[in-house]
This record gives sequence, structure tokens and C-alpha cells, in this order.
Amino acid sequence: MEGGRFIVSTSPHIRDPITTRRIMCHVIVALAPVTVYAVVIHGIHAFYVLVSSIAGAMLGELAMQRGRGLPVTLDDCSALLTGLLLALTLPPQLHWWIALVAGLVATVLGKQIFGGLGHNLFNPALVGRAVAFVSWAGYMNAGYVKTAAIGIANTATHKAIVKAVDVASGASPLAAMKIVYDPASSPIGPGGVPHGIQASSYYKPLFLANPWGCLGEVSALLLILGGIYLLAVRVIGWRIPVIYVGTVAVLTSFTGRDPLFYTLAGGLLIGAIFMATDYTTSPLADKGKILYALGLGLVTWLLRFWSNNPEGVMFAILFMNGLVPIIDRYILPRTYGTVKKPRGGETS
Amino acid sequence: MKRTGSAAGRRIPRLIPRIRGGVHPPDSKQLTADKPIRKMDAPSTVVLPLRQHLGAPCSPTVGKGDRVLVGTVVGDAEAFVSAPVHSSVSGTVQNVAPYPHPAGGEVLAVIVENDGENEIDPGLSPRDWKKLDEDGIRRAVRSAGMVGLGGAAFPTHVKLSPPRQYPIDTVILNGAECEPFLTSDYRLMLEAAEEIVEGLRIIMKAVGAPRGVVAVEDNKPQALRAMAETIRDPAIELRSLHTRYPQGAEKVLITTVLGREVPSGGLPMHVGVVVNNVGTAQAIARYFRTGMPLVERVVTVTGSVVRDPSNLLIPLGSSFASAVEACGGFSETPAKVIMGGPMMGLAQYTLDVPVVKGTSGILALSSAEAGYEILREPVCIRCGRCVQACPMNLIPNYLAIYGHREKWADLERLHINDCIECGCCTYTCPTRNPIVQLIKAGKVELERRKALVEKRRKDKAGAEQGEGGGDGGR
Repeated sequence: MEGGRFIVSTSPHIRDPITTRRIMCHVIVALAPVTVYAVVIHGIHAFYVLVSSIAGAMLGELAMQRGRGLPVTLDDCSALLTGLLLALTLPPQLHWWIALVAGLVATVLGKQIFGGLGHNLFNPALVGRAVAFVSWAGYMNAGYVKTAAIGIANTATHKAIVKAVDVASGASPLAAMKIVYDPASSPIGPGGVPHGIQASSYYKPLFLANPWGCLGEVSALLLILGGIYLLAVRVIGWRIPVIYVGTVAVLTSFTGRDPLFYTLAGGLLIGAIFMATDYTTSPLADKGKILYALGLGLVTWLLRFWSNNPEGVMFAILFMNGLVPIIDRYILPRTYGTVKKPRGGETS
Repeated sequence: MKRTGSAAGRRIPRLIPRIRGGVHPPDSKQLTADKPIRKMDAPSTVVLPLRQHLGAPCSPTVGKGDRVLVGTVVGDAEAFVSAPVHSSVSGTVQNVAPYPHPAGGEVLAVIVENDGENEIDPGLSPRDWKKLDEDGIRRAVRSAGMVGLGGAAFPTHVKLSPPRQYPIDTVILNGAECEPFLTSDYRLMLEAAEEIVEGLRIIMKAVGAPRGVVAVEDNKPQALRAMAETIRDPAIELRSLHTRYPQGAEKVLITTVLGREVPSGGLPMHVGVVVNNVGTAQAIARYFRTGMPLVERVVTVTGSVVRDPSNLLIPLGSSFASAVEACGGFSETPAKVIMGGPMMGLAQYTLDVPVVKGTSGILALSSAEAGYEILREPVCIRCGRCVQACPMNLIPNYLAIYGHREKWADLERLHINDCIECGCCTYTCPTRNPIVQLIKAGKVELERRKALVEKRRKDKAGAEQGEGGGDGGR
């Protein structure tokens, strides 16, 4: 009789092979093409930014976990992913030490201070970026490159734009458009308005090879492909990215601007696909996710068109992150067999 | 091979999953799906626990040294929610004593030494259910010791006795068998379709339901075909279900088949439905045909470490060890032995437990299959997989966290008692959080606290009454 030698535990006795590490690796795989391409387009300095940001994020995680006497969880790849995401939101010519500090801030202030993985209120990568953004505003904006357009982007129109925009402000496409539509709000004043720039002439470079803007904005196509991959492996759902981008597009066209341009330009796609879908900082249930995505779209639109900044994705996501606990408290699915939704203070 | 959709020249309506959620574990049924049911001989001793059902335990009706025959009642109870226990062998009662039970703990059991004669109790005879009224059928089903054979082991006659204010319009036979590894219901549908349909008609008569539905998951095309070829009664329909776990959970099944939602805290009869397992229906029909009460059942003995995984017809009370032996034994010592399937089954610490009425399977897992490690304190990354997987639309991760942090009011607010404990949340959790375990613990603790509060309230009321009225009712 083989008594007393079996494992006794409660059901279920089998598990899905999915792990946190595998999820993080899926996201890293989805970001790999755009990362490599960013280095190809922007050159070796983009690589330094990547390495510094990832090193900063991993160091921050290591230091905090060591300091708190907790097991070090660098092997779950979440700090690596945070560093990578952060780097993709940084300008390619940024000083390496700013990227390093932003990486440290991302995991220390953005994540570990709250208790680590799963406990943070705000997206860690964006916390890192926000701190860099307000601390070194000059570097963060001036870092936008004047890399010579290469390959597919190297068309006559493109060159003309590069020239016009560079002469005007050295600005990203979103900033250029801001100047076109709203000269008064531009920090460089109405004098620098580039003439004859059409939003539609940006489509192709934004989609295939964008020399302006952050590392991760280098190609909308690669971001979308990464998103499709994440949908296919069921790491993210369609609701947040589709509704977020859709809301921005619809509101933009209501404002009389070009919705396709404002979808492709700036951080909207990387934000909608890779940042807003962050598990910890987005709502749990489908209804909550829809509300969250609508809010993201609205805030992004407001910031883009009614603030001094040309871009609004980062602050929109951070703002909506702050609302997630409230959304998750009140917007829950109706439990099977119950009539009323569970409400805040009420006990049924 | 014919397509499912056109089995026996008829289309089997496919049902869309009306409830979201569920998971898709590998079904692992190929180990035993093609193995015909094989009768196993009873071992030299059988152990008949006097609680093999939900409800009141039985009291022994035999004593040490008594001779019993196959089908002799060895335990019964006065209570309505209970079911008698019968001997599965002929022989002598060796002892009436507590014995390890596969559902945990020790239960008073009648231990019979098998004389190998298989002498059948002369008091048993076939009965024609068509000549019985509803009450007659219910009494007969009770005397047969019938319980739900899907695993829950709820006494069947209780299910067949819905109060008059809840008229039953539909009886659903559950042939989903959504637990991985298990194939006992599948084999019965292939080999005893006739009896299953007859059992359904008996149940329909007992509850006065005009309509019967046999529901089978679409990963069992042969079972669907066998049922389609057998069903001739226009009042009985066959439905093909989307394959996923827990499609066979009672509430999920009812909503998928009929679009009705069982109210929170309610029973299927509250929406006019009675659900029975196909195995139960077959056993009921068998009883009326032969007069033999429930003394044996089909058990899937399976797992990668079982030499010859089989579907065995096992006399109740045979030890797990004898069942494993009848399947060629183990090729290596298993790390885990489970009664039932891998999603909701109960882990055993020994093979020296008897097969009971609720034993749908004996599953042995190797250390590679059973051994998942919880390396660190599990965390919730809020990925929402458990929320997506929960068929009851609960927020399992919150229930687990609140249970862990002892936030009892939040557990109630989030409807913890609507959890059916299917384990989808835990199966799908990437951080290996023991979600359903924490929910189960939370339920028990919540119940205990409620009872305590209630008791204090009563005590207080009693004390006040005592002070005021003189002779206190303490």
C-alpha cells in the first residue's frame, strides 16, 4: 500500500502554463521590431539611450528589493520591460544619464515604492518619463532629432518637410501641426510657422520611417504589428487600444483636424497599445476598460488641442491611471444570478 | 466518419455559449475514450461508508457478523435529504467502524468480507416505472440509494421532489463531462444510450416535465451521434455544447441550454429546471430494469502513470488500490492521486479509500504533472485573466485578496457566495495565486462569523428576556 506519499492539495490540480515572465516576454517580443528599427533609423545613440534606461530600471528594482530584504525578481522581466518601454518614449539624442535617472525613477518611485509588481498606481515607465520631462524639459524636447531621413522616408516631399520643420522649430510632426493650427499657443511664436505643410504629407514617414520624435514613434506600422501579436497571444485585449485610438480619431475629426495624422503622430499608438494596456494600471473588467479608454481618448484630445503641449498621451494615461481604483470599485460586471450591480458602500 | 451536424440524418442544434468565461485545459480524454467499460471484480473486502451523499449520514442497519447479499441495505436514515447504502457483494459484515473516506476525514463504514458468491438479495425485483405515479417513482429512486453520479452526490429523489410552487418544464441531462481526463459519461452515452434516454423519461415523469434535453459537448461527436440515433421521443431534444470548462456546471449548463439564469442563492427548480447527470439517468433506468440498487458505478481510472487506463464498472466500496490494480498498477509512483477530475477533484493521501457513489474518476498524476511550485509569495498583477475566466462574472482576484486580508464586508459586497468553486481563476492565474482556495476559505470563515453573530444576538435576546420576564429562556 502506497499510503502517505502523495501530494495533497486542493483543486485545481492542473495549471495553465502562462506565467508573469512569459507575459512580459511576449510584450518584449512585440516591441523588438520597433526597438531594432529605432536604432537603425536613429543610430548608435539611440542604443545608448536604450541601454541606460533599461539599466536604470533594473538597478532601481534590484536596489529597492535588496534594500527591503525581499527576493529579487529581475527574472520576471518586468523591470526590463519597464526600462524598454521608457526608452521608447525618450528622444534618441538624449543624454545617457537622463535616461538612466528616468529608469531608476520608473522602478523606484513608479513601482517599488508602492510595493512592487501589481501594486503601483501609475504606469512606471511613464512616471520615469514624466519626471524627466519636467526636470529636463529642454533636453527632452531639443533631443528630437534632425536625423537625415533614410530609405523609404527619403522622398522629395519628406526632405522638404524636414527642411521646413527644422528651419521652423526642429519640432516633431505634432509640434509642427500645432504651430500650423494654433500659432498663438506655440512657444516659438507665430513667426516660425512653416508654410504649406499638409498633415497628409506626413502619413508615409510616420507609418514607415519617422525620423522625428521618440524612439518608439519610429514606425506606426511596427507598433500596430506588435499590437496584433499581443492580441493574437491574448496578452492584451482589443478594447483599450481600439477604443482609445478610435476616440481620439473621432474627436479629432470633430475638431476639424486630420484624424489619421493625429492617430499616427506622437505617442498615441505606443501609448494605446503598450502603456494603456498595462495590467496593473488599467481596470479589471471589460466595462471598466471601455470607460477607461474613452477617458483616455478624451483627455488626450483635450491636452493635444487645448494645452500648450503638442502631445497629451503621457499625461492622459497617468491621469486615467489615477482613476482606475475608482473605476474598479464602481464599474463591475453583474454577477450571475444577481439583479443589481454590486455598488460601492452597499452590502446586498 | 459522419459529421456531427448531420448525425443520423438529423441536425443537432449547436448552442452558442451564452455565458462568457471558462477555460480550455487540454482534455486528456484520449487515454480512455476508446476503452469500453470493463467490469471489475470486487476485492476480498469492501468498505461501505454510511455517508456517500450530501445530507444526513445513514445509520447502520446491519451489525458485525451479519450476512449480507448483493443489494442488501446496510445503512439508512430517517432524514429526507439522505440516501440508503447497499452492499455491493455478498458476504459477512466484518466490522462497522470509522474508515478513511475519499472526501476527507473518517466516516462510519460497514466493512464486508466478500464471499465471492455474488448472491443477490431475493427481495429485489424489476419494476415497471410506467405503472408507478410520481411519488412511486421518487420512493423507488430513494430506495435504490440513487445520488447524482456526476460527483456532487446529491440525493436524486430530493431533486425529483420540487415543491408545487415551482413547476418544472424541462429536465436537462448533463452529458458535458467537461472535466479533463474523465470519460465515464462518454462511454455510457456510447454503450448505454438506450438506458440514458429511458432514465430521462423516468425523471421527466417524476417531475412532470413535458420537455427533456440531452446536452453534450461538441468534442464528443460519437456520443452525440449515439444519442441522436437513440432519441425517438419528440419531447426529447439533443443539444451540442461548445467545449470548454466548466460547461457542465449546473448554472452554466442551464443558461447555455435555456437562456435562463438561476437567481443568486437559488436552485435550478426556481427557473423550472431539473438537471441530472447522464450517468444518474442510466443508473435509474438500470434500477427499474433489474431491481438492483446503486451498488456499482463506472469510474475512469486514468493518468499517464497508470499502465492500462480504463473505464471500469466498479462495485462500490472497492478500494482505490484494487481499482488501480485492475488497470495494471502504476508504471511509476504517482505524485498525486485525485478522486474526480483535475479541475475540481479531491487529492487523496492514500489508496486505501473506497470507491463511493460520487467517484467519477481516479486520476494519478506524475510529479511532472502535479508539481507546480509556488516560488515566492504570490502576487496579483491584475491581468484580469481570472475575471475573464469566471463563469459567474465575479472578480476572483479581489475575492482572494479581500479574503486574505480578512475584509469580510467586501467579500459579501462582491458576492462571494455565488462562487461555484470551478477553479477557472486559479487555473488561469499567471502568478499561481491560490485564488479559489482563498475564496473557499473566505466562504467558510464568513459563514462561521455570521453564525457567531447570530448566536450572540440570540444569547443577548435570551438574556434580556430572562432579566425582564423572570424564567429566562437560556
